[in-house]
Amino acid sequence: MKNFLRIFLITSLVFGISVKSNSAEKIEYLTTDWSFKGLFGKFDRGALQRGYQVYTEVCSSCHSMKYLSYRNLAEKGGPEFSIAEAKAIAASFEVTDGPNDDGEMFTRPGKLSDKFVMPYDNIKAAQAANGGAYPPDMSVLVKARGGGVDYIYSLLQGYEDPPVGMSLDDGVYYNKYMYGNKIKMANQLSDGLVEYGDGTTASVEQMSKDVTTFLMWAAEPHLESRHQMGFKAIVYLIILTILVYFSMKKIWSRVESEV
Amino acid sequence: MSDHEYTPKSKFGKWFNDRLPLLTLASHLTDYPTPKNLNYWWTFGGILTFCLITQIVTGLVLAMHYIAHADMAFDSVEHIMRNVNYGWLIRYIHANGASMFFLAVYIHIFRSLFYGSYKSPREIIWIIGIIIYLLMMAAAFLGYVLPWGQMSFWGATVITNLFSAIPLVGEGIVTWLWGGYSVDNPTLTRFFTLHYLIPFLILGLVVLHIWALHVPGNNNPVGIDIKKPSKDTVPFHPYIVIKDGFALLMFMIVFAFFVFYTPNILGHADNYIEANPLVTPAHIVPEWYLLPFYAILRSVPDKLLGVVAMLSAILILAALPWLDTSKIRSAVFRPLYRQFYWILVADVLILGYVGAMPAEGLYLLVARVATAYYFLHFLVVLPILGYKEKTLPVPLSITEPVLGGSPNLALAKNKENFKD
Repeated sequence: MKNFLRIFLITSLVFGISVKSNSAEKIEYLTTDWSFKGLFGKFDRGALQRGYQVYTEVCSSCHSMKYLSYRNLAEKGGPEFSIAEAKAIAASFEVTDGPNDDGEMFTRPGKLSDKFVMPYDNIKAAQAANGGAYPPDMSVLVKARGGGVDYIYSLLQGYEDPPVGMSLDDGVYYNKYMYGNKIKMANQLSDGLVEYGDGTTASVEQMSKDVTTFLMWAAEPHLESRHQMGFKAIVYLIILTILVYFSMKKIWSRVESEV
Repeated sequence: MSDHEYTPKSKFGKWFNDRLPLLTLASHLTDYPTPKNLNYWWTFGGILTFCLITQIVTGLVLAMHYIAHADMAFDSVEHIMRNVNYGWLIRYIHANGASMFFLAVYIHIFRSLFYGSYKSPREIIWIIGIIIYLLMMAAAFLGYVLPWGQMSFWGATVITNLFSAIPLVGEGIVTWLWGGYSVDNPTLTRFFTLHYLIPFLILGLVVLHIWALHVPGNNNPVGIDIKKPSKDTVPFHPYIVIKDGFALLMFMIVFAFFVFYTPNILGHADNYIEANPLVTPAHIVPEWYLLPFYAILRSVPDKLLGVVAMLSAILILAALPWLDTSKIRSAVFRPLYRQFYWILVADVLILGYVGAMPAEGLYLLVARVATAYYFLHFLVVLPILGYKEKTLPVPLSITEPVLGGSPNLALAKNKENFKD
């Protein structure tokens, strides 16, 4: 058993080091008390709903979210809008459907089963409208950036005047958390930009936190059930391991050897 | 297996067994005499079998939902993550399962290196193992390409381009591998086919690996031949089954932690960006388990020689039973080898670390020294050590050190090392 613990320690140490070297970050990102971290981490419903509001009112004019459907907004573990609310949200968007029996495309109000409406028809159109830079799809954005939620949260608050001597082209902005510090997205958030329905003050920090929480859910819609199942699975495994350990001791007591 | 006579009790059992001796096989597997002093490093064989089966089962389910097409692969993976019932669980088990598989296989290989399990009469087991390891790397690489993210695409580009280093026919081979003039849809579909095929080849080789193991029987921490069955052995069932089971459960706790709490930490963030042939990622890095070989590849300035060095680093292992000239198996009785062993472990870890770093400046220098040492260990240190090393006296049976019956002081001092 002593040997076994040693093995366990060595392997976890080595593995830990390799994991750390993999995720080595040079810049210190801003962070906040994310409710979805930790063994029992859950999303803050209010933050998700507010975050959705920030997304639709601010981000969605340029950034698509092609893997999400309006039905997701009412699903468990998400913003958990009521079905009626989600239907109303969907209906507020015009969706192109078809072709109909006459062979023509037509528009209709959105339904729960529709995917989030895209701001541009294609990547080229998005680039043309944004000075050549494609505003990335936000569905898995949090997972597609090394710093994850902290990176997005920092980036939204990272706009500053460029250091002296640094000249920026038209349509390029300085952001201290962006890779290379040059970003083609202008600062989007300002205090009081949106009016939250629940009375929360819409500070830049608050909006950044809310929309980042929303993006985290968008990237990991099953995070809550993953955490819940994970806890049960690990507790189950630990109990079983203890039982098996004592059975093993009992069985091996028949021979003159140690386990 | 020939040392085993078995007659089923029931009439039907006897009738069946005369025609297909499955019951004899089952009886052989349960009674299989195993050295009773095996320590927990020996439990990784069972853990690896579990890993292989987990990968095959989760992989089958994923293949039902995955679409191998350059325009749809990334979308289909997101579809699995979002809309397929427990798709996220199956995919995360499969993705982290690959890492767990390699973690276990590295422990398994280094256990073999420490206790000299590759030596006569177990060379064939060892060589089959090396082939399995090679196929595992191929399967892992091919599998990493399937989600069609940025690292998938560029990893595939870098690795397939290695073949262009072959003189004269290199370029032709690369075009043939790609099925076109760049990594594209034909590359993806063939990678998917091969990724589906290889695990079953591995499964077949695992059967041969275990078969070859059951002929001489397990090596053990003392590294001596033992009489089977004897008071030095225990039947596989229940003794080893329960011990392997216990170790497997501990392993599964670690596995579960990764799957449920940090499922993406072992992957690269760039692989959540859909493949784009027009944008090259800042650093193209393979998965952690391939990093030592990536470091060797990059430490050689010439492309062809780099590829040769990388392949040799793996293939040299197959020659290990003959490169290691020492008659003594276990490092417990080889004081010098034991030190070189740990230097090798450190060397490989260093290679892994520099493999993840940009190939420049100090990193490159360290990678070169570590690469040189890696080959030095196998080609120079091991052959010479076998002749020069003054080994400790080896006990006659594994019961001897356990019962403390050895008149030898050095043995008594070493007791702790092979007690369990």
